[in-house]
Amino acid sequence: MTDQILLDPTNERAPQPRARAPRPATLAGVTVGLLDISKPRGDVFLDRLAAQLTGRGVRVERFRKPTFAKVAPADLRYEISVKCDVVVEALAD
Amino acid sequence: MNGVRLPEGLVAIVKQDCPTCHLIVPVLTELAAAGLPLTIYSQDDPAFPPGLPVVDDTGLEVSLRLDIETVPTLLRVIGGEVVERTEGWRRNKWEDLTAVAGLGRGLPDYRPGCGSRTLEPGIAETLAARSGVTRLRSRNVAVGALEDPVEACFERGWSDGLPVVPPTPERVLRMLEGTRRAPGEVVAVVPPDYAECTVEKAAINAVMAGCRPEYLPVVLTAVEAACTDEFNIHGILATTYFVGPVVIVNGPIAGAIGMNSGVNALGQGNRANATIGRALQLVIRNVGGGRPGGVDRATLGNPGKYTFCFAEDEERSPWEPLAVERGLRSGTSAVTLFAGEGSRGVFDQQSRSPESLARSLAGCLRTVAHPKLVRDYDALIVVSPEHARVFREAGWSKARLREEIVRLLTLPGAEIVRGAGGCAEGMPEEFARGSWPKFLPEGLLFVHAGGSAGLFSAIIGSWKNGAAGSRPVTREVRV
Repeated sequence: MTDQILLDPTNERAPQPRARAPRPATLAGVTVGLLDISKPRGDVFLDRLAAQLTGRGVRVERFRKPTFAKVAPADLRYEISVKCDVVVEALAD
Repeated sequence: MNGVRLPEGLVAIVKQDCPTCHLIVPVLTELAAAGLPLTIYSQDDPAFPPGLPVVDDTGLEVSLRLDIETVPTLLRVIGGEVVERTEGWRRNKWEDLTAVAGLGRGLPDYRPGCGSRTLEPGIAETLAARSGVTRLRSRNVAVGALEDPVEACFERGWSDGLPVVPPTPERVLRMLEGTRRAPGEVVAVVPPDYAECTVEKAAINAVMAGCRPEYLPVVLTAVEAACTDEFNIHGILATTYFVGPVVIVNGPIAGAIGMNSGVNALGQGNRANATIGRALQLVIRNVGGGRPGGVDRATLGNPGKYTFCFAEDEERSPWEPLAVERGLRSGTSAVTLFAGEGSRGVFDQQSRSPESLARSLAGCLRTVAHPKLVRDYDALIVVSPEHARVFREAGWSKARLREEIVRLLTLPGAEIVRGAGGCAEGMPEEFARGSWPKFLPEGLLFVHAGGSAGLFSAIIGSWKNGAAGSRPVTREVRV
């Protein structure tokens, strides 16, 4: 008896494990991005968070996805990556 | 020729199961007796022709590599290259090729040959797969001789939970016969991994789903339609909501491949309906990498996420087919994709007027998503023949019915706002005044299908509609 050959139905990609970016020990001098994915009431949560952070002297940048139903546009992802050191994404409902 | 080096001189390919090959046995004997360098390959019986030295080609390796279509075929080989060939028995050709005059005295001048065994159904794919001379590019996965290939597919995570047909190269090559498109052609880029899905990858998944080759064009079109920005299969997959792709087939291909648009059209029992929808989901799983618990975050999902595909009964419909309404020429084979949850029944055995039946449909449609939510959700209404008859007899077009349902479901803000009727769910405060249509007119799709008996129709609710969510997509099927 010999082996049987099957054809791979997958995309044949091997995931590349990447280490997480190091967590900052402090928020001093760090820019925090707040990403609203356009789900209802996500803004309520992020408004509160923004107030808390700015009250502590942390720089905050706000972002919003056009729709929660689609992935964030590449330009938005790029903008967040160059402006922010840390991001909080609100997956609220 | 790769591998086997051809013998010099004359080469004849024959098979025992061919009257013309029997007819020319005396000619071959004559050539051998004259001392000419002659090699005979037999496709089916190494003892044929009797009394002559024969090379066994029952494995068809030589025949395949020489592209033999007819037996007998006579070749002249110089320096390992075929320089001349003739098929069947044609005296003057054989005389020219062998440079022997007066061959086969007493035989007719001409007799056509028979089909080569390499052309028998299934043989070409088997041989192509075995010889490695294939057009396929996918990674070969070896399954041990003692391993059950169906179990092997489960273990590798390739299944939707039901057994799949193991995608052997032979089966995939047969599947590819269902389209003229090249195996390497990219059909779509499939989320969530945004991986290119070639015709070959779609064919592999179609094999696993249980498709026949003639279904492949429909599968390819469904994959194409799913992976558009308008349809947004990424969002449909990722949402916590119930929806999955619902595939509606229009046009002549539906009948040609034996799809069901009649009794139990939304149910089990028809191979094309069952496997086309399944193939699409397997492509999303295997090529796209979209799996439940991974990017698929559905809270409950719905049974249609195994497969949800049916054809429209156009012949008995009072209305133009869905694909025609959506802009394609009449008679075009087409696929429409709709982001749908499970179907729910509409029971109405009393209405004999279109006004009354429209009220029943509207009453049931109000519950799509929630009776107090408006505008965000579309609906596909599968109207059965007995209900369709009511509209036909009254001369109601689809547009007329749509208009009526939109009117009936234009709801007072006071009734749908959050908190109204003692229910917290509902529309935000800005909807409290005025009236609001539950559905946008373009958000109501009608399809005619079902068995001839039963005063029932079906509603399939959708997910977030419009540019921010998913819009139905209709595409012509290319063969």
